[in-house]
Amino acid sequence: MTRALIKAWPALAATAFALAIWQAIVTLSGVPRFILPAPALVAETWWTNRWVIAEHAWITAVEVFLGLGIGALVGVATAIQLATSRYARLLVQPVLVFTQALPVFALAPILTLWLGFGLSSKVLMCVLIVYFPVAASFLDGLLRTPPGYLDLARTMQARPGQVLWRIRVPAALPSLASGLRLAAVYAPIGAVIGEWVGASRGLGYLMLLANGRSKTDLMFAALLTLGVFSVLLHLGVRALTRRMVREEV
Amino acid sequence: MSQAPGITVKGRAEIGGARLFAPLTLELAPGAWTCLLGGSGVGKSTILRLVAGLETEAAFTGDISASDGGPVAPRVGYMAQDDLLLPWASVAQNIALGPRLRGDPTERDRLAGLMARVGLNEHAQKRPYALSGGQRQRVALARTLMEDKPVILLDEPFSALDARTRAEMQDLAVELLAGRTVLVVTHDPGEAARLGHSVQVMTPEGLTEVTPPKAAIPRGVDAQETLACQADLMRHLMALAA
Ligand SMILES: Nc1ncnc2c1ncn2[C@@H]1O[C@H](COP(=O)(O)OP(=O)(O)O)[C@@H](O)[C@H]1O
Ligand SMILES: [Mg+2]
Repeated sequence: MTRALIKAWPALAATAFALAIWQAIVTLSGVPRFILPAPALVAETWWTNRWVIAEHAWITAVEVFLGLGIGALVGVATAIQLATSRYARLLVQPVLVFTQALPVFALAPILTLWLGFGLSSKVLMCVLIVYFPVAASFLDGLLRTPPGYLDLARTMQARPGQVLWRIRVPAALPSLASGLRLAAVYAPIGAVIGEWVGASRGLGYLMLLANGRSKTDLMFAALLTLGVFSVLLHLGVRALTRRMVREEV
Repeated sequence: MSQAPGITVKGRAEIGGARLFAPLTLELAPGAWTCLLGGSGVGKSTILRLVAGLETEAAFTGDISASDGGPVAPRVGYMAQDDLLLPWASVAQNIALGPRLRGDPTERDRLAGLMARVGLNEHAQKRPYALSGGQRQRVALARTLMEDKPVILLDEPFSALDARTRAEMQDLAVELLAGRTVLVVTHDPGEAARLGHSVQVMTPEGLTEVTPPKAAIPRGVDAQETLACQADLMRHLMALAA
């Protein structure tokens, strides 16, 4: 506990400093609260609206978790498929690069048009955002197996399937971990943009709603909630993937 | 293990149209240790990889054959300077890598016997990072023995070890690889003087045989004839550099 505190204190100090500056700007400039509410007011609004915020945050969290889970699974499956077949790689890799050049966010209106205002359009947004970094970095890892291992396997008359599962996949886990970590950063953004385009629930929807009614304090409260959720998600994914990265486990 | 065959490498190699080594003949006597010495980049590892049936940068023209007429590459066990232990697998899993990669069941008794012979019984469940350099090479040696191949190729296998551990590993390797046809690539004249039934110095022009001592291997590190042979080899290598 104390060690965790020692590790976290620079972040805590920085946060406190930022809050102090924020409060000072609001107090000194006398900027109206619908332009920039003071942190104390945001905290108060957050507390009085905690159940509403929690309900919307839950929706966003479900979208992100589903999107992250499905996107990661499909990404992993794609990487393995492509890693085992040169032919599939030649065929699919250009398509992958092309779809990545296309900003997924630009697809949000179309996805909403096709799938409606419900959960599925946001989940699909997240899936699309998560899919590429996971597939690309895992595939990269699978194609960069240390050649010495493959030489050794060859002199052992190894079967390709066994080489894949016992050497290539474990050797590529650090790459997969970095893909997952990257994906975890982008997934909440995907969900929120999906909600902006069209939704009746979720933190993104709440932010738009509050903004439209000049409830800037509520908008900030929702934004901070999203920020905290994203940080927790990042830390969670980091912790879950730690074993993939460390070789001395 | 079947009777170990002799191996003959006969041919020349080029890299990008330029000569790597001129036509040469390397004979590995059946059941004996052949040491291949030479400067960096003359193609020692290339020869070894050719025998093992591995890809090389060089284009080889010639023939690699076994004295009994059988295939070569499938009967070859290979051990490089890098021990190539899988960091995520235990010592036991690393030793049993061959059967695991072929999808065969691991012969538990043989595995336990090998671990005992290389003195790693207590470390069976450890990961490689928890082992010393010498212990890691023992795992690699046990993994090679698990394959039970009659021809063994060692590419500077002990060069990363300290002098004492290296000498111990040489003794252990000679004991455990008895009866097999062994080719050791080394840049250590002392190693060649201790281990070679036949010692070949390689240059781009070809091979020069240096007569090793008569004594059985592993020869004493402090034996007069070992030291004399080592000095002889050293002179050879320095003459090449000049
Ligand atoms: N991966 C590679 N790419 C390009 N050239 C290589 C590669 N590996 C080896 N070579 C070339 O092949 C020659 C022989 O290499 P090698 O057989 O490893 O030499 P040795 O083991 O005697 O030091 C070297 O001079 C080097 O230039
Ligand atoms: Mg070499």
